Amino acid sequence: MPKSASGIVADSGDVVLMVGTTKGAFLLRADRTRRSWALDGPHFPGEEVYAVALDQRGGRRVLWAAPGNPFFGTTLRRSEDLGATWSGQQDVTVQFPEGSGLSLKRVWQIRPGRASQPDHMLIGVEPSCLFESTDGGASWTPMAGLLNHAHRPKWTPGAGGMCLHTVIPDPANSDRTLVAMSTGGVYRSDDGGGSWQARNRGVRAEFLPDKHPEFGQCVHKIAQHPARPERLFLQNHWGLYRSTDWGDSWDDIANGVPSDFGFAMAVHPHDPDTVFIVPLESDMFRCVPEAKLRVFRTRNAGDSWEPMSSGLPQQDAYETVLRDSLDTDGLDPAGVYFGTRSGRVWGSADDGTSWLLIRDGLPPVTCVKAAALA
Amino acid sequence: MSITVRLPGPLRQLAEGRTVVDLDGRPATAGAALAALRRQYPTVYHRIVTEQGDVRPHINVFVGDEDIRSLAGLETPVVDGTEIVILPAVSGGA
Repeated sequence: MPKSASGIVADSGDVVLMVGTTKGAFLLRADRTRRSWALDGPHFPGEEVYAVALDQRGGRRVLWAAPGNPFFGTTLRRSEDLGATWSGQQDVTVQFPEGSGLSLKRVWQIRPGRASQPDHMLIGVEPSCLFESTDGGASWTPMAGLLNHAHRPKWTPGAGGMCLHTVIPDPANSDRTLVAMSTGGVYRSDDGGGSWQARNRGVRAEFLPDKHPEFGQCVHKIAQHPARPERLFLQNHWGLYRSTDWGDSWDDIANGVPSDFGFAMAVHPHDPDTVFIVPLESDMFRCVPEAKLRVFRTRNAGDSWEPMSSGLPQQDAYETVLRDSLDTDGLDPAGVYFGTRSGRVWGSADDGTSWLLIRDGLPPVTCVKAAALA
Repeated sequence: MSITVRLPGPLRQLAEGRTVVDLDGRPATAGAALAALRRQYPTVYHRIVTEQGDVRPHINVFVGDEDIRSLAGLETPVVDGTEIVILPAVSGGA
């Protein structure tokens, strides 16, 4: 049996990395220098964890994770003591309605809601749907506008499954939320989730005869800075895009990247013009181009991109970074982190300029979330 | 005599540590037996059966030595003394 996880001891200002893998979740802690990391885990040994989150709204400090396995399904678990104990094992809170014909396969995204609504949470799940909680995660309800969407019969699963993986609530407008799914594409509600309209104009679907359908795109990730909520960055299954109108239209910004195929994308916590991606060679060879592990960074909202390679292997690096395995920690200079399918976690404490290997030998990494503790 | 359900290791902690659960009542089918299990240990039931009432794809439910998928599914008859065995399938590992 793996050693038991005991949780982490951390102080305000410390940085916590939550790493989900195919065989459990791991927690890493460092002080604000981010030079030395202590590992705790695996939590939920043997279970895949595709979604983790830290909710610090309203003075709370709650870790969330969604462990699951192919045998017994997925649960939503929470810890109020940084992983020492987890509640929720006995709970069955996320379920599709009987008669819907849908059964929960996986939770792909745990998204604490707006700061102004500290008990509001959203989760994106497979098969594609958005669940909402208004009581801090104690109970969950599928949003009917997506559950019963007329497009649902035509949404088809990508290689990872039929997943709703990105949830972006408008920080200023409680009626507006944007989601992305693979496949299906981008949908936005402007009426509190009652109705959802496809928002894929300009995003191509390389794998369909009609390259620009209303919906059906395979969007891999969308990133947004809360100071510029109308501007969105999108990593597509072939394609790198920017929207300046909340997704009403999208423009190609693959300016100088070695490939516009990839999964992961994150925006800088303090500079809305700075975005990080990790391109992959192609859909047929989902490893970093030229076997060089590079994070590409734009500082001008996608007008140009520069490779960040200092400290990263530049030969024989057959690495893959999945859609939720890249994140930033909120400090200044920003910490940037990513995990790979080969079980490595890398970190930068200088806005992505240089990198250190934080951990090797983990199971395949499915998600990474980072945060400085309040 | 009663009808019993033998649980795999990962589910026992959800059933007060029990390896074998004696079902209340006299269910006549495998489906009715699982419904009885639901009344006694709802979390265990939901780990075996989806919200649509289907046995999860990588879980096998045996009546005697036979997987109910090769019998009559949830309509498979059970009688007093039947032991229903829940086992993870070899297909689900990772």
